Amino acid sequence: MAKSRKFPESIDRPMGFCPGCGHGVVIRLIAECLEELGQDKNVIYGIGVGCSSLLGGGLETDRRHCSHGRAGAVCTGMKRVNPDNIVISYQGDGDAYSIGLAETTAAAYRNENFTTFIVNNVNYGMTGGQMSNTTLPGQVTTTSPRGRNCDVTGYPLKFPELVANQFNAAYAARGCITTPAQINKTKKYIKNALEAQMNKEGYSVVEILSTCPTNWGMSATESKVKLEKDIIQYFPLGEFKMREVK
Amino acid sequence: MGDMIKGNEAIAEAAIRAGARFYAGYPITPSTEIMEYVAYRMEQVGGAFVQAESEIAGVNMVIGAASCGVRSFTASSGPGMSLKQEGMTTMADENLPVVVINMVRYGNGIGTLLTAQCDYLRETRGGGNGDYRCIVLCPDSIQEAVDLVTLAFDLAEKYRMVCLIMSEGALGQMMEPCELPPMQEAKKYSWGFDGKYTNKLIGIFDRDSMKEAEELNDRYNRVKENEQRWEDNYLEDADYVFVSFGLPGRSTIGAVEQLRKEGHKVGFIRPITVWPFPEKAFEKINPNVKGFITIEANATGQMVDDVALTAKKKFERNVPVFCNPHVYGVPAMKTIKEDYYKVTAGEMKEVY
Repeated sequence: MAKSRKFPESIDRPMGFCPGCGHGVVIRLIAECLEELGQDKNVIYGIGVGCSSLLGGGLETDRRHCSHGRAGAVCTGMKRVNPDNIVISYQGDGDAYSIGLAETTAAAYRNENFTTFIVNNVNYGMTGGQMSNTTLPGQVTTTSPRGRNCDVTGYPLKFPELVANQFNAAYAARGCITTPAQINKTKKYIKNALEAQMNKEGYSVVEILSTCPTNWGMSATESKVKLEKDIIQYFPLGEFKMREVK
Repeated sequence: MGDMIKGNEAIAEAAIRAGARFYAGYPITPSTEIMEYVAYRMEQVGGAFVQAESEIAGVNMVIGAASCGVRSFTASSGPGMSLKQEGMTTMADENLPVVVINMVRYGNGIGTLLTAQCDYLRETRGGGNGDYRCIVLCPDSIQEAVDLVTLAFDLAEKYRMVCLIMSEGALGQMMEPCELPPMQEAKKYSWGFDGKYTNKLIGIFDRDSMKEAEELNDRYNRVKENEQRWEDNYLEDADYVFVSFGLPGRSTIGAVEQLRKEGHKVGFIRPITVWPFPEKAFEKINPNVKGFITIEANATGQMVDDVALTAKKKFERNVPVFCNPHVYGVPAMKTIKEDYYKVTAGEMKEVY
């Protein structure tokens, strides 16, 4: 008899992401890390609005579905009163970097001791593929039908770099999940971020580049190629702020 | 009689004594002293204080803390209260028992620094998207404000609702002698997040809005039945009944006393809860009452609508309802008496 595959208990419900979407992999990695760190029964999520919302139907943990963009503020309140719980904000690029830019940035700026995971798929997924603050130059979306003109819409925002360069945070990294090797590397980033919080080192953030085949109008395989060929060029992978060895 | 204390500071201390252990907010005149007071006081009692980057962030931090079962509060005024509405509808949706203090200042947009009552309709109807109400308490003195803060936390907990203290800029800035309540032991509600998922949540796709609406109406009806609060006098034989809350309400009481001495049959109702509106107070009124007069510090007359609706409910005939909105400030007794003389001389047209 085949050995049954172990699945983290905290996400053992269907979440309804599109085929080829990265969210499922990301939340699984987070759940696995929490289990491995012995924190899966000690966690509160602040969930963003957008495709992240689908976690609200799938997680078996304490969780608050936050108003659009406000997870950084909600998680601040949670962590200040429950400092021994692991507090995670789980958001997309539209939620964290556009409508929630103030709350996301201010939490990092104050060096709040919680962890932000941002799934960056360079567009608004849930509402049908509009331009976000990470949409690539020239990228066609429903609100940049002739391709993003960065002269009038701004250039894609690099948040982990901002945190690493400007703020006194504990940890900032960007990973992707297109290959098993990248998945393993991203898992290490996620674990580092959570450990930083467990040790009360301060704010930690991991951005994960993800495919969005539905809104990019391509197959899952084509999406992976686009991500590797175009998106990583603009959003380099790696750790931008390493944890300090204590 | 207690020591002299400033309104905003008394309100902040009362919240701490009621067991509040989280505050997040953003400075805005005339409510700022609440935040300044809590900035040092919260630390002394082992609570948490965050100066937020905006009122939106502040109210969302309060959502986070309240979700963990901690008594939490925030305060603001004018445009700051507008920004908080996003959070207040969320708190209503999540049944979070938060206390929000609005030290009302006059004006639309950025507004002014003048004391007023211009937020009545917004606060009594639930100011955010959706269909919800908050319990709204309106003090007419610093002592009453302090007492209502304690009550606000208890009502918020009892009904799992947002409870507002809707006061006025002037009350926050003035000083009066005041007895502060005893210090309660701070407790964490057992329904709050503990990281262990002790209290199961319904999945976002499993909600039943029809059932929730039924529960909501049931709860609001219980609040309407049990929590109406007001002060009244001289209603049984009154020809005219004044209705006024907060500091104008206090002024109105003085005006009524003077008019009585002059031989006029006038009475007053001073709502302490404006939601639920104190409809029960109207049951004592002289059946042959000639009219109601609302005294309000806003531009267009707002509470007059609630008085007219209640009059329609309690009287078979149409009782005229007058209103002279005094825009801002606290109308003097003399001014209120002049309103009365205008009504009786037929110089003021009824609103309803």
